[in-house]
Amino acid sequence: MEDDIRELYQEVILDHGKNPRNFRHPEDATCEANGNNPLCGDRLTVFVKVGEDQSIEDAAFEGRGCAISVASASMMTDIVRGKKVTEVDALFDTFHKMCMGEEIGETPAEFEDDLDKLIVLSGVKQFPMRVKCATLAWHTMNAAVHGEAATSTE
Amino acid sequence: MTAVSTVMETDTIGSSAGYDVAAIRADFPAINLEINGYPHAFLDSGASAQKPNQVLERMDQAYRSEYANVHRGAYTLSQLATDNYENARTTVAKFMNAKTPDEIIFTRNVTAAINLVAYSYGREFLSAGDEIIISHMEHHANIVPWQLLRDAIGIEIKIAPIDDAGNFLVDEFEKLLNPKTKLVAITQVSNVLGTIVPIKDVVRLAHAQGAHVLIDGAQGIVHEGVDVQDLDADFYAFTGHKLYGPTGIGVLWGKLDLLNSMPPYQGGGDMIENVTFEKTTYRDAPARFEAGTPPIVEAVGLAAAIDYVSEIGLTNIAAHEQNVLAYATEQLSAIEDLTIIGQADNKAGIISFMLGDIHSHDIGTIIDARGVAVRAGHHCAQPLMDRYGVAATARASLGMYSNTTDIDQLVDALNYVKEIFG
Ligand SMILES: Cc1ncc(COP(=O)(O)O)c(C=O)c1O
Repeated sequence: MEDDIRELYQEVILDHGKNPRNFRHPEDATCEANGNNPLCGDRLTVFVKVGEDQSIEDAAFEGRGCAISVASASMMTDIVRGKKVTEVDALFDTFHKMCMGEEIGETPAEFEDDLDKLIVLSGVKQFPMRVKCATLAWHTMNAAVHGEAATSTE
Repeated sequence: MTAVSTVMETDTIGSSAGYDVAAIRADFPAINLEINGYPHAFLDSGASAQKPNQVLERMDQAYRSEYANVHRGAYTLSQLATDNYENARTTVAKFMNAKTPDEIIFTRNVTAAINLVAYSYGREFLSAGDEIIISHMEHHANIVPWQLLRDAIGIEIKIAPIDDAGNFLVDEFEKLLNPKTKLVAITQVSNVLGTIVPIKDVVRLAHAQGAHVLIDGAQGIVHEGVDVQDLDADFYAFTGHKLYGPTGIGVLWGKLDLLNSMPPYQGGGDMIENVTFEKTTYRDAPARFEAGTPPIVEAVGLAAAIDYVSEIGLTNIAAHEQNVLAYATEQLSAIEDLTIIGQADNKAGIISFMLGDIHSHDIGTIIDARGVAVRAGHHCAQPLMDRYGVAATARASLGMYSNTTDIDQLVDALNYVKEIFG
């Protein structure tokens, strides 16, 4: 159990949790959504600037949450920049499976670097109650880019 | 009812003469579990308490050899089950010092009890423009039913404030009372801050204005108990599972005349006098408010829990919890960066805290690895969280079986959290 804890709270996660990247409100965001984890009251707002070619030019977030949810939002906003919305959808799908401890199958080559980074969050699979923390930012971004104003992890 | 201001010598902190906490712990199977390789330090009784063997065995027996539906069959087991169920009502009535068991309505939990009052009493006695007062530290169960009522009939909800320490401000409360105030719905003990509210003052002041009073006793019944005749409130509600009893049962006590002047909340079997397709007449309380098959075995389990608690004595339990609370407060305060939220003058065994800027969810997950169970989150009291500008806290809450070893284990585990977060 304590090994699982150490795996979950790796240095990288603690660092992103304490010094989140892209923690800001970009004025030129084209869409945003609020994510809410009603269980713990955590809230995130994710801001995304989607370009005309449906690629993500900027992603950022604000809000408060646990180390896992903040680290996840921080990493996500870094990783999605420059990707097409459809690519991000596919990446989220794979990331979600990773967090659930499900088989992720063949990883498309272009995601390998990203998944290598995101794998630090897969420690949540040992903690079913915390999967929502790791996926809240992704659900919220998904809602933003697909035109829903709010999402909830319930 | 209890000595809440027990003064202690330093060297006796955490121990209470004559209170055999080891023997009590032995009665609770879940307290003796090993969790993740550690002894179980269960500090979440405020959410729901563990159950003693006496309750578990009594319920097992009730299902095995005393079970049938109640109030219906003319056969041995149905009679036995009915007797058990009604005897449980009597046990609850005595425990609260109700005038008669007819004042005891069994519900699903305290939430259902408050909703019953909001719906039935609320629509009968309140109308647009009337005011009700709740406090800033209510559980959602004592907020949302009144908001539903407000949205349905247009009443106004006023909020009685607390100070930063979490004290209920009686003077401020008094200022809110006016001739439009029809009901005051207040918790006896805050489930987040541990504050013990001076409910006798609340009742006196509210009655002086002609307002009715409902007390949410979910936490209060456990740590303080109640004598409803002495208190003289109009409604008092609690939930069985926090009182070492089973889930699925709660209690609404109300003054009999008041209950009998209220329309039914739900319709169905058992609550009627006579039914025709044109007109149905209703029985008096408590039957009027117990439509359908009630929580039969849960009532038996609740009575067993009350017997168990009564044998040890609520006053003794409260005194013991005060000792452990004092010890816990001292030990936790000594942890650097730890802030206790809720430092009212008069507190029950509930401690909410923040550990630096470490989120309570992370605390909860990490200390679980050390066998320690606390609640993390908003504790169904979001307006109170907003009052303190936090999204969530960690909360350790005590039960009759809690001891200083649990607290030491919590402190060690919190140091482990700090170690991980560097
Ligand atoms: C003060 C208070 N009121 C109401 C409740 C709701 O209890 P239940 O969920 O059993 O209805 C609780 C417990 O969570 C509580 O602490």
